[in-house]
Amino acid sequence: MTVVLNQSFTGISIGAVLLLIALGLTLTFGQMGVINMAHGEFIMAGAYTTYVLQKSISSAGLSLLVALPLAFLVAGAMGALLEWLLIRRLYTRPLDTLLVTWGVSLMLQQLARDVFGAPNVQTAAPDLLTGNISAGGVTFANNRLFILGLALLCVLGLTLVLRFTPLGRRIRAVVQNRDLAEVSGIATGRVDRVTFFIGSGLAGVAGVALTLVGPIGPTMGTNYIVDAFLVVVVGGIGQLRGAVITAFALGVLQSVLEYSTTVSVAKVGVLVAIVAFLQWRPQGLYTLRTRSLA
Amino acid sequence: MKTITERLRVPGAFLLGAVLLLGIAPVALSDFRLSLLAKYLCYAIVAVGVSLAWGRGGLMVLGQGVFFGLGGYAMAMHLKLADAADTGEKIPDFMQLYGTSDALPWWWKPFANPAFALAMTVLLPMAVAALVGFLVFRRRVKGAYFAILSQALAAALSIWLIGQQATTGGTNGLTDIQGFFGYSLDDPVNQRMVYFVIAAVLLLLMALARQLFVSRYGELLVAVRDSEERVRFLGYDPANVKLVAYVVAAGMAGLAGALFVPAVGIISPALIGIVPSIGFVIGAAVGGRASLVGAVLGAIAVAWAQSTLSDEFPAAWTYLQGLLFVLAVGFLPGGLASLGTVLRRRRTPATPKEEKVVVMAGEAA
Amino acid sequence: MSGEGLTVRDLRVSFDGFTAVDGVDLDIGPGDLRFLIGPNGAGKTTLVDAVTGLVRASGSVRFAGQELLGRPVHRIARLGIGRTFQTATVFEELTVLQNLDIAAGAGRGPLTMLRRRGSVPEPVSRALETTGLTGLRDRPAGILAHGQKQWLEIGMLLVQDVRLLLLDEPVAGMSHEEREATGELLRRVAEDRTVVVIEHDMDFMRSYARSVSVLHAGKVLSEGTVAEVQADAKVQEVYLGRAAEPAAVPVPEEA
Repeated sequence: MTVVLNQSFTGISIGAVLLLIALGLTLTFGQMGVINMAHGEFIMAGAYTTYVLQKSISSAGLSLLVALPLAFLVAGAMGALLEWLLIRRLYTRPLDTLLVTWGVSLMLQQLARDVFGAPNVQTAAPDLLTGNISAGGVTFANNRLFILGLALLCVLGLTLVLRFTPLGRRIRAVVQNRDLAEVSGIATGRVDRVTFFIGSGLAGVAGVALTLVGPIGPTMGTNYIVDAFLVVVVGGIGQLRGAVITAFALGVLQSVLEYSTTVSVAKVGVLVAIVAFLQWRPQGLYTLRTRSLA
Repeated sequence: MKTITERLRVPGAFLLGAVLLLGIAPVALSDFRLSLLAKYLCYAIVAVGVSLAWGRGGLMVLGQGVFFGLGGYAMAMHLKLADAADTGEKIPDFMQLYGTSDALPWWWKPFANPAFALAMTVLLPMAVAALVGFLVFRRRVKGAYFAILSQALAAALSIWLIGQQATTGGTNGLTDIQGFFGYSLDDPVNQRMVYFVIAAVLLLLMALARQLFVSRYGELLVAVRDSEERVRFLGYDPANVKLVAYVVAAGMAGLAGALFVPAVGIISPALIGIVPSIGFVIGAAVGGRASLVGAVLGAIAVAWAQSTLSDEFPAAWTYLQGLLFVLAVGFLPGGLASLGTVLRRRRTPATPKEEKVVVMAGEAA
Repeated sequence: MSGEGLTVRDLRVSFDGFTAVDGVDLDIGPGDLRFLIGPNGAGKTTLVDAVTGLVRASGSVRFAGQELLGRPVHRIARLGIGRTFQTATVFEELTVLQNLDIAAGAGRGPLTMLRRRGSVPEPVSRALETTGLTGLRDRPAGILAHGQKQWLEIGMLLVQDVRLLLLDEPVAGMSHEEREATGELLRRVAEDRTVVVIEHDMDFMRSYARSVSVLHAGKVLSEGTVAEVQADAKVQEVYLGRAAEPAAVPVPEEA
């Protein structure tokens, strides 16, 4: 029983990381159908922001707290810039954005190498987050709990923004029917940019979280990006609840498979499960139903 | 109808390519450069399939590394077994190092047979593509979804290979291959022979792809790319049309992987994961995805630039590479193959749609 | 020679609780040129979507003795049912000839498919003639005028040897001359096939319809000849909210 609980907690914490990364993608992917491969480098930007802050603020706890909003701004600004420079021009060819943003991601990785050096770096975690909590024979690592809380907080915040603010209403309108939104007087171009800002900013927050569980390096984003896209595909494009359920489901599945087999077999198993799932629901867990041909 | 020059254009270009690849290159290039060219031509073979599936069929095949890898491993497994047999060993060298038993895994055994291994280099990738394609296209998973799934497939295979070190060589892959069906690969003469095989296969597959492009199937494939729903209303099942292109492209990638092994002497997970899989597509994108010659030349050029520049200026090359993708894909969607058309249109009054392309190319410059 | 009839019984389609088609019965006889009219949201396009398998529906749709509901789109198409969409969808990068050739070829074997087209198939050249596109056959379809694209679409249905044509607003956005040419084309086509046209243009409907069904809120409101339908008080009410001549009412185009 304890094994099951421990394993589920591991799975949920894997899911929380996936969720943090996928959250921004559901926005950017959902909004314009854009596959932004540079999303992984926005994660990296958030992580390096934490690293740089820690050099000037010696208290690990304080620097982490400052890093969260700052990383959001840094990565968000990068995302908005990318949208403005490139993505908006490719709006009619969403698939091509994948290759274009891949090129951007290569350049950003090299930039990180030139600025921070190729070897991975580490940040110190605040004391509070280094220990464990044990309850009923189950061990909860504090840093994992923190990431879980952060992920849920981001989901909550994003839900509130989308539901109750004028900005959120505009974003949802554009996702559901871009042309109609445009003729209703919504400046879709500006909404796109803001969406990209928020989506990429969330990647920055994910980057801060990742510094607690692993090293920081120029290619750290690449390791997560495909998994995060799979979460969005399975959850349904532009669907927050789909992303939440999928991220945790995939996390738990991964950790259960890892426990009973090996890491590599688990990866393959998760992919097989996803293909099987898409046989049942090809458009993902939740979809927007429309009458249009697509 | 057609003038004689038009009729002779394609066979003429083909003949020119054959003379360049089979006649001039082997004479003009040193052994070292020729072996590099052999490697680039393997990437070009993959690009032929990419041009068919992506350029004509609109399928964003971001997992060609899977098929390249299956073909490569099938070939390398046979060559490793043959090497082991030559030295009187029962199992390949790396298995003695990492393995736990002296017995050959059951799924290695059939690859001792050269005919079986050769057939598998093409059939195995095609079978996997047929299975994946059947499941995915039947449920109308397309566009970005398909691109991401194929990427995940490449990631999964390379992670799986790394995990099975005792039977696949893990991160190192299958290396240190000595012979190729009885010929020693250390001998430069045999290396040249490998080059000739690769160049001939490339020319053959280009001819095959060209036939597919101009056939009724080729027209139908373009129709599916541009309006899948409309094709369905004409009574075709677009899933089958796409499946053919996907499976053929997979077979070509498999063959390329198989030929890559004797040319370079290694196959490893690093050659087939997400990054190299995108690389297979990038070459075609830069050269011109819908143009067969464009895709092939693009693949060769990118591979050449990669190995020439990355050694001397690693940082500068990475920036250049990124910029190249951004400019070529973002602002010249037809690739370099369309550069002539775009420039010609710039001089003559353009229609609004064409104008847009020209303006964007202008901004990029 | 005449086509087969279409029989629709108690057809229902709903999207997430909204019922777009609500128990429609239709009998369209062989060789009819039937117009479906009705205000926006009446369920006309959804009805055609259901017949062609694009949306899931309950009830029964029979054509030539075969039940259509539950079959996949391409199977329904192979039974000889073809449709067009509100926006003309032709393969823009292919030539007129290639467009028609693809439409003619759904039954081709793999060997034919892998070869280059030798000569122009007979049905294709006939369709080129019927639609008046012979002179444009080697042009890419993308550069055709709006009206010509619609004719090409109809031509593609002809080479498929479709027995039943379902056309969604074929004359929307056409010039007066193009409308007349389209009307004549439809008449020729209906000589040996069944044609169903969704239309908002009342002048066009009056000139060319053999029979008319009026849809309103997912139900059939009225049915008959043009004169009968125009005289129907229920129809006048739907179109104006008060008794009036329906044909005088300019009906807004669907978006």
